[in-house]
Amino acid sequence: MKISKSWLPFVNPLSQDNPVIVQVLGICSALAVTAKLEPAVVMTISVTAVLALANVIISLMRNTIPNSIRIIVQLVVVAALVVIVDQVLKAWNYEVSKALSVFIGLIITNCIIMGRLEAFAMSNRPWPAFLDGIGNALGYGIILIIVAFFRELFGSGTIFGYQVIPQWWYDAGYQNNGMMILPPMALITVACIIWVHRARNKDLQEK
Amino acid sequence: MNRQSNIYTIIYAIVLVVVVGVVLSVVYQALRPTQLENIANDTKKQILASARLAPEKGESISALFDQHIINSYIVNNLGEQTDENINPFDVNMALEVKKPADKRMLPVFECQTDAGLKYIVPVYGAGLWGPIWGYIAFDNNGDTIYGAYFAHQGETPGLGAEIEKPAFQSQFDGKNIFSQDGQFTSVAVVKVGKEPTDRAWVHAVSGGTITSQGVQKMLFDSLEPYTAFFNNLKNGQSGPTQLNGVSNNPQDFTGSDDTGKGLEPQQL
Repeated sequence: MKISKSWLPFVNPLSQDNPVIVQVLGICSALAVTAKLEPAVVMTISVTAVLALANVIISLMRNTIPNSIRIIVQLVVVAALVVIVDQVLKAWNYEVSKALSVFIGLIITNCIIMGRLEAFAMSNRPWPAFLDGIGNALGYGIILIIVAFFRELFGSGTIFGYQVIPQWWYDAGYQNNGMMILPPMALITVACIIWVHRARNKDLQEK
Repeated sequence: MNRQSNIYTIIYAIVLVVVVGVVLSVVYQALRPTQLENIANDTKKQILASARLAPEKGESISALFDQHIINSYIVNNLGEQTDENINPFDVNMALEVKKPADKRMLPVFECQTDAGLKYIVPVYGAGLWGPIWGYIAFDNNGDTIYGAYFAHQGETPGLGAEIEKPAFQSQFDGKNIFSQDGQFTSVAVVKVGKEPTDRAWVHAVSGGTITSQGVQKMLFDSLEPYTAFFNNLKNGQSGPTQLNGVSNNPQDFTGSDDTGKGLEPQQL
Protein backbone atom coordinates (compact mmCIF):
# COMPACT_ATOMS: atom_id res chain seq x y z
CA MET A 1 0.00 0.00 0.00
CA LYS A 2 1.32 3.41 -0.95
CA ILE A 3 1.10 5.95 1.82
CA SER A 4 1.31 9.61 0.97
CA LYS A 5 4.26 11.35 2.54
CA SER A 6 2.21 13.70 4.68
CA TRP A 7 0.82 10.74 6.65
CA LEU A 8 4.24 9.31 7.50
CA PRO A 9 4.37 10.96 10.95
CA PHE A 10 1.18 9.08 11.78
CA VAL A 11 2.01 5.70 10.19
CA ASN A 12 5.68 5.31 11.08
CA PRO A 13 5.34 5.15 14.87
CA LEU A 14 2.71 2.43 14.63
CA SER A 15 5.28 -0.20 13.69
CA GLN A 16 8.53 0.78 11.91
CA ASP A 17 9.43 3.46 14.43
CA ASN A 18 7.33 2.35 17.40
CA PRO A 19 8.20 4.37 20.51
CA VAL A 20 8.10 1.39 22.86
CA ILE A 21 9.54 -1.56 20.95
CA VAL A 22 11.91 0.28 18.61
CA GLN A 23 12.90 3.43 20.48
CA VAL A 24 12.41 1.71 23.87
CA LEU A 25 10.72 4.74 25.46
CA GLY A 26 7.85 4.77 27.93
CA ILE A 27 8.83 1.41 29.40
CA CYS A 28 8.16 2.64 32.96
CA SER A 29 4.43 3.09 32.39
CA ALA A 30 4.31 -0.14 30.39
CA LEU A 31 5.21 -1.77 33.71
CA ALA A 32 2.79 0.21 35.81
CA VAL A 33 -0.53 0.09 34.00
CA THR A 34 -0.52 -3.23 32.16
CA ALA A 35 -1.59 -5.66 34.89
CA LYS A 36 -5.17 -5.18 33.68
CA LEU A 37 -6.59 -4.16 30.29
CA GLU A 38 -8.89 -1.40 31.46
CA PRO A 39 -6.27 0.96 32.92
CA ALA A 40 -4.12 0.28 29.86
CA VAL A 41 -6.92 1.44 27.55
CA VAL A 42 -7.71 4.58 29.58
CA MET A 43 -3.98 5.35 29.80
CA THR A 44 -3.78 5.09 26.00
CA ILE A 45 -6.68 7.52 25.56
CA SER A 46 -5.23 9.98 28.09
CA VAL A 47 -1.75 9.87 26.58
CA THR A 48 -3.24 10.37 23.11
CA ALA A 49 -5.10 13.49 24.25
CA VAL A 50 -2.12 14.94 26.09
CA LEU A 51 0.47 14.14 23.42
CA ALA A 52 -1.60 15.39 20.49
CA LEU A 53 -2.46 18.67 22.25
CA ALA A 54 1.05 19.20 23.60
CA ASN A 55 2.55 18.58 20.17
CA VAL A 56 0.22 21.14 18.57
CA ILE A 57 0.77 23.76 21.29
CA ILE A 58 4.56 23.40 21.25
CA SER A 59 4.53 23.43 17.47
CA LEU A 60 2.58 26.72 17.50
CA MET A 61 5.02 28.18 20.03
CA ARG A 62 8.17 26.72 18.48
CA ASN A 63 9.42 29.94 16.90
CA THR A 64 9.16 31.93 20.11
CA ILE A 65 10.62 29.50 22.65
CA PRO A 66 14.06 30.60 23.94
CA ASN A 67 16.52 27.78 23.42
CA SER A 68 17.93 27.85 26.95
CA ILE A 69 14.59 27.07 28.64
CA ARG A 70 12.90 24.99 25.97
CA ILE A 71 12.76 21.79 28.03
CA ILE A 72 11.17 23.70 30.92
CA VAL A 73 8.62 25.27 28.58
CA GLN A 74 7.72 21.83 27.22
CA LEU A 75 7.41 20.45 30.73
CA VAL A 76 5.13 23.31 31.83
CA VAL A 77 2.84 22.74 28.84
CA VAL A 78 2.68 18.98 29.43
CA ALA A 79 2.14 19.38 33.18
CA ALA A 80 -0.66 21.91 32.62
CA LEU A 81 -2.40 19.58 30.15
CA VAL A 82 -2.12 16.63 32.51
CA VAL A 83 -3.57 18.63 35.40
CA ILE A 84 -6.46 19.71 33.16
CA VAL A 85 -7.12 16.12 32.06
CA ASP A 86 -7.06 15.06 35.71
CA GLN A 87 -9.44 17.84 36.79
CA VAL A 88 -11.86 17.18 33.93
CA LEU A 89 -11.93 13.46 34.73
CA LYS A 90 -12.58 14.23 38.41
CA ALA A 91 -15.54 16.41 37.49
CA TRP A 92 -17.08 14.42 34.66
CA ASN A 93 -16.08 10.83 35.23
CA TYR A 94 -15.21 10.43 38.89
CA GLU A 95 -15.18 6.61 38.81
CA VAL A 96 -12.52 6.44 36.11
CA SER A 97 -10.49 9.18 37.74
CA LYS A 98 -10.51 7.24 41.01
CA ALA A 99 -9.33 4.09 39.28
CA LEU A 100 -6.50 5.97 37.56
CA SER A 101 -5.54 8.58 40.14
CA VAL A 102 -1.85 7.72 40.20
CA PHE A 103 -1.50 6.86 36.52
CA ILE A 104 -2.79 10.20 35.24
CA GLY A 105 -0.03 12.02 37.10
CA LEU A 106 2.43 9.53 35.64
CA ILE A 107 1.72 10.84 32.13
CA ILE A 108 3.96 13.84 32.92
CA THR A 109 6.90 11.51 33.37
CA ASN A 110 6.25 9.59 30.16
CA CYS A 111 9.45 9.99 28.18
CA ILE A 112 7.60 9.56 24.86
CA ILE A 113 5.84 12.90 25.36
CA MET A 114 8.98 14.90 26.09
CA GLY A 115 10.76 12.94 23.37
CA ARG A 116 8.21 13.81 20.68
CA LEU A 117 8.02 17.47 21.73
CA GLU A 118 11.79 17.84 21.57
CA ALA A 119 12.37 15.73 18.47
CA PHE A 120 9.36 16.59 16.33
CA ALA A 121 7.09 19.41 17.53
CA MET A 122 9.98 21.86 17.98
CA SER A 123 10.80 21.68 14.27
CA ASN A 124 7.51 20.95 12.49
CA ARG A 125 4.25 22.69 11.69
CA PRO A 126 1.11 22.01 13.76
CA TRP A 127 -0.66 19.55 11.43
CA PRO A 128 2.26 17.11 11.05
CA ALA A 129 2.92 17.55 14.78
CA PHE A 130 -0.69 16.59 15.53
CA LEU A 131 -0.41 13.47 13.34
CA ASP A 132 2.91 12.62 14.96
CA GLY A 133 1.33 12.95 18.42
CA ILE A 134 -1.62 10.72 17.59
CA GLY A 135 0.60 8.18 15.84
CA ASN A 136 3.11 7.89 18.64
CA ALA A 137 0.44 7.70 21.34
CA LEU A 138 -1.35 4.94 19.43
CA GLY A 139 1.92 3.12 18.75
CA TYR A 140 2.53 3.25 22.50
CA GLY A 141 -1.06 2.23 23.22
CA ILE A 142 -0.96 -0.80 20.92
CA ILE A 143 1.95 -2.23 22.87
CA LEU A 144 0.33 -1.42 26.24
CA ILE A 145 -2.84 -3.20 25.21
CA ILE A 146 -1.03 -6.26 23.83
CA VAL A 147 1.01 -6.55 27.02
CA ALA A 148 -2.04 -5.97 29.25
CA PHE A 149 -4.01 -8.58 27.27
CA PHE A 150 -1.47 -11.32 27.98
CA ARG A 151 -0.83 -10.24 31.56
CA GLU A 152 -4.53 -10.15 32.44
CA LEU A 153 -5.27 -13.39 30.59
CA PHE A 154 -2.52 -15.45 32.18
CA GLY A 155 -2.30 -13.54 35.48
CA SER A 156 -5.99 -13.31 36.36
CA GLY A 157 -7.73 -15.50 33.78
CA THR A 158 -9.91 -12.55 32.76
CA ILE A 159 -10.28 -10.07 29.87
CA PHE A 160 -11.60 -6.63 30.83
CA GLY A 161 -12.61 -8.21 34.14
CA TYR A 162 -14.69 -10.98 32.53
CA GLN A 163 -13.69 -14.54 33.32
CA VAL A 164 -12.53 -16.25 30.12
CA ILE A 165 -10.63 -19.24 31.44
CA PRO A 166 -13.36 -21.80 32.18
CA GLN A 167 -13.79 -23.27 35.63
CA TRP A 168 -13.08 -26.83 34.50
CA TRP A 169 -9.52 -25.82 33.59
CA TYR A 170 -8.99 -24.79 37.21
CA ASP A 171 -10.68 -27.99 38.34
CA ALA A 172 -8.21 -29.90 36.16
CA GLY A 173 -5.30 -28.27 37.96
CA TYR A 174 -4.68 -25.09 35.93
CA GLN A 175 -3.56 -22.09 37.98
CA ASN A 176 -3.32 -18.39 37.23
CA ASN A 177 0.30 -17.35 36.93
CA GLY A 178 0.84 -14.87 39.78
CA MET A 179 4.16 -13.88 38.20
CA MET A 180 2.28 -12.28 35.30
CA ILE A 181 0.81 -9.66 37.63
CA LEU A 182 4.23 -8.59 38.87
CA PRO A 183 6.23 -5.93 36.96
CA PRO A 184 9.05 -8.21 35.69
CA MET A 185 6.64 -10.07 33.42
CA ALA A 186 5.72 -6.79 31.70
CA LEU A 187 9.36 -6.42 30.67
CA ILE A 188 9.57 -10.03 29.54
CA THR A 189 6.35 -9.66 27.55
CA VAL A 190 7.65 -6.46 25.92
CA ALA A 191 10.88 -8.29 25.12
CA CYS A 192 8.90 -11.09 23.44
CA ILE A 193 7.01 -8.53 21.36
CA ILE A 194 10.31 -6.90 20.32
CA TRP A 195 11.65 -10.33 19.38
CA VAL A 196 8.67 -11.13 17.15
CA HIS A 197 8.69 -7.63 15.68
CA ARG A 198 12.38 -7.72 14.76
CA ALA A 199 12.08 -11.23 13.37
CA ARG A 200 9.46 -9.93 10.96
CA ASN A 201 11.28 -6.66 10.14
CA LYS A 202 14.77 -7.59 8.96
CA ASP A 203 15.82 -3.96 8.45
CA LEU A 204 15.46 -3.29 12.19
CA GLN A 205 17.96 -5.98 13.15
CA GLU A 206 21.29 -4.68 14.39
CA LYS A 207 24.32 -6.06 12.62
CA MET B 1 14.22 40.81 18.90
CA ASN B 2 17.01 38.58 20.11
CA ARG B 3 15.36 35.39 21.26
CA GLN B 4 18.47 34.17 23.05
CA SER B 5 18.88 37.19 25.32
CA ASN B 6 18.40 36.84 29.07
CA ILE B 7 15.70 39.52 29.18
CA TYR B 8 13.63 37.75 26.53
CA THR B 9 14.05 34.41 28.30
CA ILE B 10 12.99 35.79 31.67
CA ILE B 11 9.98 37.65 30.27
CA TYR B 12 8.98 34.57 28.28
CA ALA B 13 9.13 32.39 31.39
CA ILE B 14 7.09 34.88 33.42
CA VAL B 15 4.41 35.27 30.76
CA LEU B 16 4.19 31.51 30.27
CA VAL B 17 3.82 30.81 33.98
CA VAL B 18 1.18 33.50 34.41
CA VAL B 19 -0.83 32.27 31.42
CA VAL B 20 -0.66 28.64 32.56
CA GLY B 21 -1.49 29.69 36.12
CA VAL B 22 -4.57 31.61 35.00
CA VAL B 23 -5.76 28.75 32.77
CA LEU B 24 -5.35 26.21 35.56
CA SER B 25 -7.13 28.32 38.17
CA VAL B 26 -10.02 28.99 35.79
CA VAL B 27 -10.35 25.25 35.12
CA TYR B 28 -10.10 24.49 38.82
CA GLN B 29 -12.69 27.09 39.82
CA ALA B 30 -15.06 26.06 37.07
CA LEU B 31 -14.91 22.36 37.91
CA ARG B 32 -14.61 22.58 41.70
CA PRO B 33 -18.32 22.46 42.62
CA THR B 34 -18.91 19.39 40.45
CA GLN B 35 -15.83 17.73 41.92
CA LEU B 36 -16.88 18.39 45.52
CA GLU B 37 -20.30 16.99 44.77
CA ASN B 38 -18.70 13.91 43.23
CA ILE B 39 -16.50 13.44 46.28
CA ALA B 40 -19.43 13.79 48.70
CA ASN B 41 -21.52 11.40 46.62
CA ASP B 42 -18.65 8.95 46.50
CA THR B 43 -18.31 9.01 50.30
CA LYS B 44 -22.06 8.44 50.65
CA LYS B 45 -21.81 5.55 48.21
CA GLN B 46 -19.00 4.00 50.23
CA ILE B 47 -20.95 4.35 53.48
CA LEU B 48 -24.01 2.73 51.91
CA ALA B 49 -21.87 -0.01 50.32
CA SER B 50 -20.87 -1.25 53.78
CA ALA B 51 -24.56 -1.84 54.53
CA ARG B 52 -24.89 -3.71 51.20
CA LEU B 53 -26.86 -0.88 49.64
CA ALA B 54 -26.04 0.26 46.13
CA PRO B 55 -27.94 2.77 44.00
CA GLU B 56 -29.89 1.40 41.05
CA LYS B 57 -28.86 2.68 37.67
CA GLY B 58 -29.87 6.33 37.45
CA GLU B 59 -30.84 6.54 41.11
CA SER B 60 -29.47 9.50 43.03
CA ILE B 61 -26.96 8.53 45.70
CA SER B 62 -27.94 11.50 47.86
CA ALA B 63 -31.58 10.44 47.86
CA LEU B 64 -30.70 6.86 48.76
CA PHE B 65 -28.39 8.11 51.50
CA ASP B 66 -31.04 10.38 53.02
CA GLN B 67 -33.55 7.58 52.82
CA HIS B 68 -31.46 4.98 54.66
CA ILE B 69 -29.16 6.92 56.97
CA ILE B 70 -31.70 7.93 59.58
CA ASN B 71 -29.34 9.34 62.19
CA SER B 72 -25.71 10.17 62.67
CA TYR B 73 -23.63 11.47 65.56
CA ILE B 74 -20.15 11.58 67.04
CA VAL B 75 -19.28 9.57 70.13
CA ASN B 76 -16.17 9.57 72.34
CA ASN B 77 -14.31 6.49 73.51
CA LEU B 78 -16.63 6.18 76.54
CA GLY B 79 -19.55 5.67 74.21
CA GLU B 80 -21.05 9.07 75.03
CA GLN B 81 -22.41 11.31 72.36
CA THR B 82 -20.27 14.41 72.26
CA ASP B 83 -21.54 17.92 71.98
CA GLU B 84 -19.09 18.75 69.19
CA ASN B 85 -21.08 20.74 66.75
CA ILE B 86 -19.63 18.94 63.75
CA ASN B 87 -21.35 16.98 61.06
CA PRO B 88 -20.14 13.35 61.37
CA PHE B 89 -19.99 13.27 57.59
CA ASP B 90 -17.27 15.94 57.63
CA VAL B 91 -14.95 14.29 60.16
CA ASN B 92 -11.52 13.86 58.61
CA MET B 93 -10.49 10.34 59.62
CA ALA B 94 -6.89 10.87 58.51
CA LEU B 95 -6.51 13.44 61.30
CA GLU B 96 -8.60 11.55 63.88
CA VAL B 97 -6.59 8.32 63.82
CA LYS B 98 -3.45 10.25 64.76
CA LYS B 99 -5.00 11.47 68.02
CA PRO B 100 -4.98 9.44 71.26
CA ALA B 101 -8.11 7.34 71.64
CA ASP B 102 -9.71 9.55 74.30
CA LYS B 103 -9.46 12.66 72.11
CA ARG B 104 -10.87 11.13 68.97
CA MET B 105 -14.19 12.01 67.42
CA LEU B 106 -15.84 8.73 66.47
CA PRO B 107 -18.56 9.11 63.83
CA VAL B 108 -21.49 6.70 63.79
CA PHE B 109 -24.13 6.44 61.08
CA GLU B 110 -27.38 4.66 61.85
CA CYS B 111 -28.62 2.94 58.74
CA GLN B 112 -32.13 1.53 58.34
CA THR B 113 -32.01 -1.51 56.05
CA ASP B 114 -34.38 -4.32 55.19
CA ALA B 115 -32.41 -6.44 57.66
CA GLY B 116 -32.94 -4.01 60.54
CA LEU B 117 -31.00 -1.12 62.04
CA LYS B 118 -27.25 -1.17 61.32
CA TYR B 119 -24.50 0.96 62.82
CA ILE B 120 -21.84 2.08 60.36
CA VAL B 121 -18.44 3.29 61.52
CA PRO B 122 -15.48 4.48 59.44
CA VAL B 123 -12.02 2.88 59.57
CA TYR B 124 -8.78 4.40 58.31
CA GLY B 125 -5.21 3.11 58.08
CA ALA B 126 -2.15 2.60 55.94
CA GLY B 127 -1.57 0.09 53.14
CA LEU B 128 1.65 -0.48 51.25
CA TRP B 129 1.75 2.62 49.05
CA GLY B 130 -0.76 4.96 50.66
CA PRO B 131 -3.84 5.24 52.83
CA ILE B 132 -6.55 2.61 52.93
CA TRP B 133 -9.96 3.24 54.44
CA GLY B 134 -13.39 1.75 54.67
CA TYR B 135 -16.72 1.54 56.44
CA ILE B 136 -17.95 -1.33 58.59
CA ALA B 137 -21.65 -1.92 59.26
CA PHE B 138 -22.56 -3.69 62.50
CA ASP B 139 -25.73 -5.42 63.59
CA ASN B 140 -27.47 -3.81 66.53
CA ASN B 141 -25.79 -6.26 68.92
CA GLY B 142 -22.65 -4.13 68.46
CA ASP B 143 -20.62 -7.24 67.74
CA THR B 144 -21.46 -8.89 64.44
CA ILE B 145 -20.27 -7.36 61.19
CA TYR B 146 -23.12 -6.96 58.71
CA GLY B 147 -20.97 -5.74 55.84
CA ALA B 148 -17.57 -4.24 55.13
CA TYR B 149 -16.35 -1.85 52.48
CA PHE B 150 -12.69 -1.07 51.82
CA ALA B 151 -11.03 1.33 49.44
CA HIS B 152 -7.46 2.39 48.80
CA GLN B 153 -5.56 5.16 47.15
CA GLY B 154 -2.81 3.37 45.27
CA GLU B 155 -2.35 -0.28 46.19
CA THR B 156 -0.92 -2.56 43.51
CA PRO B 157 -3.59 -3.66 40.99
CA GLY B 158 -4.18 -7.39 41.17
CA LEU B 159 -2.43 -7.66 44.55
CA GLY B 160 -3.15 -5.27 47.43
CA ALA B 161 -5.89 -3.58 45.42
CA GLU B 162 -7.95 -6.78 45.73
CA ILE B 163 -9.16 -5.51 49.13
CA GLU B 164 -11.72 -3.43 47.25
CA LYS B 165 -13.19 -6.54 45.60
CA PRO B 166 -16.37 -8.19 46.94
CA ALA B 167 -14.50 -11.51 47.15
CA PHE B 168 -12.38 -10.08 49.95
CA GLN B 169 -14.96 -7.85 51.57
CA SER B 170 -17.74 -10.44 51.78
CA GLN B 171 -15.51 -12.60 53.97
CA PHE B 172 -16.20 -10.18 56.82
CA ASP B 173 -19.95 -10.72 56.83
CA GLY B 174 -21.09 -12.32 60.08
CA LYS B 175 -17.73 -12.07 61.87
CA ASN B 176 -17.72 -11.01 65.51
CA ILE B 177 -15.26 -8.45 66.79
CA PHE B 178 -15.62 -9.55 70.43
CA SER B 179 -14.46 -12.92 71.73
CA GLN B 180 -16.84 -15.22 73.62
CA ASP B 181 -15.83 -13.72 76.99
CA GLY B 182 -16.44 -10.20 75.76
CA GLN B 183 -12.89 -9.10 74.97
CA PHE B 184 -12.39 -6.82 71.97
CA THR B 185 -10.39 -8.91 69.47
CA SER B 186 -11.18 -7.29 66.11
CA VAL B 187 -10.90 -9.52 63.04
CA ALA B 188 -7.58 -11.05 62.02
CA VAL B 189 -6.48 -11.01 58.37
CA VAL B 190 -4.30 -14.09 57.97
CA LYS B 191 -2.69 -16.40 55.43
CA VAL B 192 -4.13 -19.82 54.75
CA GLY B 193 -2.87 -22.19 57.46
CA LYS B 194 -2.27 -19.42 60.03
CA GLU B 195 -5.87 -19.13 61.23
CA PRO B 196 -6.08 -18.15 64.93
CA THR B 197 -8.48 -19.93 67.25
CA ASP B 198 -9.13 -17.11 69.71
CA ARG B 199 -10.71 -14.60 67.33
CA ALA B 200 -12.59 -14.21 64.08
CA TRP B 201 -10.44 -14.21 60.95
CA VAL B 202 -10.57 -13.76 57.21
CA HIS B 203 -8.07 -14.85 54.60
CA ALA B 204 -5.52 -12.30 53.41
CA VAL B 205 -5.09 -11.30 49.76
CA SER B 206 -2.41 -13.53 48.23
CA GLY B 207 0.51 -11.42 47.11
CA GLY B 208 -0.84 -8.49 49.11
CA THR B 209 0.71 -9.28 52.46
CA ILE B 210 1.50 -5.74 53.58
CA THR B 211 -1.87 -4.38 52.48
CA SER B 212 -3.59 -7.27 54.29
CA GLN B 213 -1.64 -6.56 57.45
CA GLY B 214 -2.61 -2.92 57.00
CA VAL B 215 -6.29 -3.92 56.91
CA GLN B 216 -5.88 -5.95 60.10
CA LYS B 217 -4.11 -3.08 61.89
CA MET B 218 -6.62 -0.54 60.56
CA LEU B 219 -9.55 -2.58 61.86
CA PHE B 220 -8.03 -3.03 65.28
CA ASP B 221 -6.89 0.57 65.71
CA SER B 222 -10.03 2.16 64.31
CA LEU B 223 -12.59 -0.07 66.02
CA GLU B 224 -11.00 -0.35 69.46
CA PRO B 225 -12.05 3.17 70.59
CA TYR B 226 -15.64 2.16 69.85
CA THR B 227 -15.49 -0.66 72.42
CA ALA B 228 -17.59 1.24 74.98
CA PHE B 229 -20.12 2.24 72.34
CA PHE B 230 -20.45 -1.34 71.13
CA ASN B 231 -20.78 -2.58 74.71
CA ASN B 232 -23.68 -0.16 75.19
CA LEU B 233 -25.34 -1.62 72.10
CA LYS B 234 -24.73 -5.14 73.36
CA ASN B 235 -26.33 -4.30 76.69
CA GLY B 236 -29.46 -3.30 74.89
CA GLN B 237 -28.98 0.46 75.04
CA SER B 238 -29.66 1.63 71.56
CA GLY B 239 -27.47 4.47 70.47
CA PRO B 240 -25.01 6.48 72.52
CA THR B 241 -25.28 7.77 76.05
CA GLN B 242 -26.75 11.24 75.79
CA LEU B 243 -24.38 13.79 77.25
CA ASN B 244 -26.05 17.17 77.20
CA GLY B 245 -29.24 16.25 75.52
CA VAL B 246 -27.74 17.26 72.24
CA SER B 247 -29.70 16.16 69.25
CA ASN B 248 -28.21 16.31 65.85
CA ASN B 249 -30.29 16.91 62.85
CA PRO B 250 -29.98 13.62 60.97
CA GLN B 251 -30.86 14.97 57.56
CA ASP B 252 -28.43 17.84 57.63
CA PHE B 253 -25.68 16.76 55.31
CA THR B 254 -25.01 20.04 53.63
CA GLY B 255 -21.77 20.25 55.56
CA SER B 256 -21.35 23.96 55.10
CA ASP B 257 -22.45 25.27 58.47
CA ASP B 258 -20.19 23.99 61.19
CA THR B 259 -16.70 23.17 60.09
CA GLY B 260 -15.03 26.13 61.77
CA LYS B 261 -13.59 24.15 64.69
CA GLY B 262 -9.99 23.88 63.64
CA LEU B 263 -10.79 20.90 61.49
CA GLU B 264 -9.82 20.84 57.89
CA PRO B 265 -12.51 19.90 55.41
CA GLN B 266 -12.56 16.26 54.60
CA GLN B 267 -10.10 15.21 52.00
CA LEU B 268 -10.52 11.83 50.41
